[in-house]
Amino acid sequence: MGPLIPSEGLNLVIGLFIGIAFGFTLEQAGFSTSKKLVGMFYGYDFTVLRVFFTGGLVAMIGVVILAHFGLLDMSLVYINPTYLWSAILGGLIMGLGFVIGGFCPGTGICAAAIGKIDGIIFVIGTIFGVVVFAEGYPLFEGIYWDKYLGNVQMNETLHISQGLFVFLFMAFGAIAFIVTQIIEEKVNGKPNPVLQPKSRYIGFSALIFLLGLSAFILPNPEDYKPAQIKNEVEKGNYQVAYISPDELALRLINNDENIKIYDFRPPEQFAKVSLPNSINLKIVDLYRKGSNKLISGDPQIKKIIIANDEKDAITAEEIIKNKGYKNLYVLQGGMQAFTNDIINFKMPVTMAGISPNLIATYTFRDNASKTIEQLIKDSKKSNVIVKDKKRVLGGC
Amino acid sequence: MSDKPKNYMNPYLAGIMLGLVLLATIYITGRGLGASGAMKSVEVGVVNAIAPNHTANAKFYQEYFQEHPNGIFNNWLVFEVVGVILGAFLSGLVSNRLTFKLERPEKVKSATRIVGAFVGGMFFGLGAQFARGCTSGAALSGMAVLSTGGIITMFCIFGGAYLFAYFFRKLWL
Repeated sequence: MGPLIPSEGLNLVIGLFIGIAFGFTLEQAGFSTSKKLVGMFYGYDFTVLRVFFTGGLVAMIGVVILAHFGLLDMSLVYINPTYLWSAILGGLIMGLGFVIGGFCPGTGICAAAIGKIDGIIFVIGTIFGVVVFAEGYPLFEGIYWDKYLGNVQMNETLHISQGLFVFLFMAFGAIAFIVTQIIEEKVNGKPNPVLQPKSRYIGFSALIFLLGLSAFILPNPEDYKPAQIKNEVEKGNYQVAYISPDELALRLINNDENIKIYDFRPPEQFAKVSLPNSINLKIVDLYRKGSNKLISGDPQIKKIIIANDEKDAITAEEIIKNKGYKNLYVLQGGMQAFTNDIINFKMPVTMAGISPNLIATYTFRDNASKTIEQLIKDSKKSNVIVKDKKRVLGGC
Repeated sequence: MSDKPKNYMNPYLAGIMLGLVLLATIYITGRGLGASGAMKSVEVGVVNAIAPNHTANAKFYQEYFQEHPNGIFNNWLVFEVVGVILGAFLSGLVSNRLTFKLERPEKVKSATRIVGAFVGGMFFGLGAQFARGCTSGAALSGMAVLSTGGIITMFCIFGGAYLFAYFFRKLWL
């Protein structure tokens, strides 16, 4: 599962090669000439918009598809943080710089690389721009950190589904491609020779449109799969193996090394009371990169899945089963039953009329209650709460 | 072999290539492309060499050093931008576009273009600090991961450019 995140040294080498591909593409696209770059602001050449928007859309759809098929863990990918006022102000200042200078930093570097003097001067200018910011930082600091919204994504900000947002964005791109071509032909008084024959572009647009539609049916698995499985659980559509509270208690007392407990209760509850030899997981952890390392791959180990509610445990069990794990058991009645029957067990006041079998069970539970209370205390430090991994740090 | 510069690539094809490069970057490294970040490194490196007392005391530089414990230039973006220079040079080489000249519209004086390029660069460098990235790092890469800030910055860059284009038409038309 991506992102692969190579070791630091290797990552730098990869960065160099990625840069070569990036620079080569930008130069081939015509981004090394300011005439082409500012063309879009005066209506005579929309190359930049075409390249930029196509590139952004291809990458966006690629990211959505990879995430959908569980090939890319978005919780690890750098999502540019949003500081609203700073993002707006910075964008506008850059827009001003764009029409005055005729480049942006990446394209300026490309122009400089092929010997355009204006590109070299532009790049030197940007370095002075950083000086201005650095010296004025005490003054800018307020707005720079103001209105922080987190590492949010646009669909979250707009409260729409990711699929709908991607589709709207594609539609916006497609309309922009068509409208700008009409403007360009009007301004130049002739059709763009590069963009003929038109039929090819209509076909191409249709393909993009279909891809956009597909984004609708490609939500991230963690956003819909657990709910889907839970729904099936409610209907009783799964056959699962159970372990009773008594059996689990017995195994715990006997210090059985062939069991491992996966606890899907909220971390706060886990921190208060947790069984020996257990790991606290969240359902989303099962969709994260490295999730296969969380659960023991040993087929001899009985993997016991517990949650407050038995149905939540079955949901987790089904997700784990789908990953190919065997020897899975769900705690019958959930942690609720285990707490009532074992941890907080109280002997009935009178034993009159109770069968000898049940009396034996009660005696076992009464002893187990004490032993397990001690085990819980002893294991408090050794139990693991799986922490969220940190995102990659990116940005400029 | 003729010395005539070759045509530029079809823009949609170039766009798809650009998109795939960006997608590969995200898949491999977990982060997007960038450009202005390397210029920030150069700026910090130069100022640090000229006036180390100043960089030790000014808050901007202190924060930079905290965020870059491995050193000023031991940084992914610096390596990536060195690659951009090589890649663009290579592309210019194979397409006969290597030159050494000041490119400007016919009606525009060289001095005007030089000042324009410098001042424009300055604004871009300044704006990229506010937006925490430029057209590559904030707008393009932000768009790929659906970042709210990145997409807002993208619309502001292009919107702002359209807004100001009329006032600077003499520089280009």
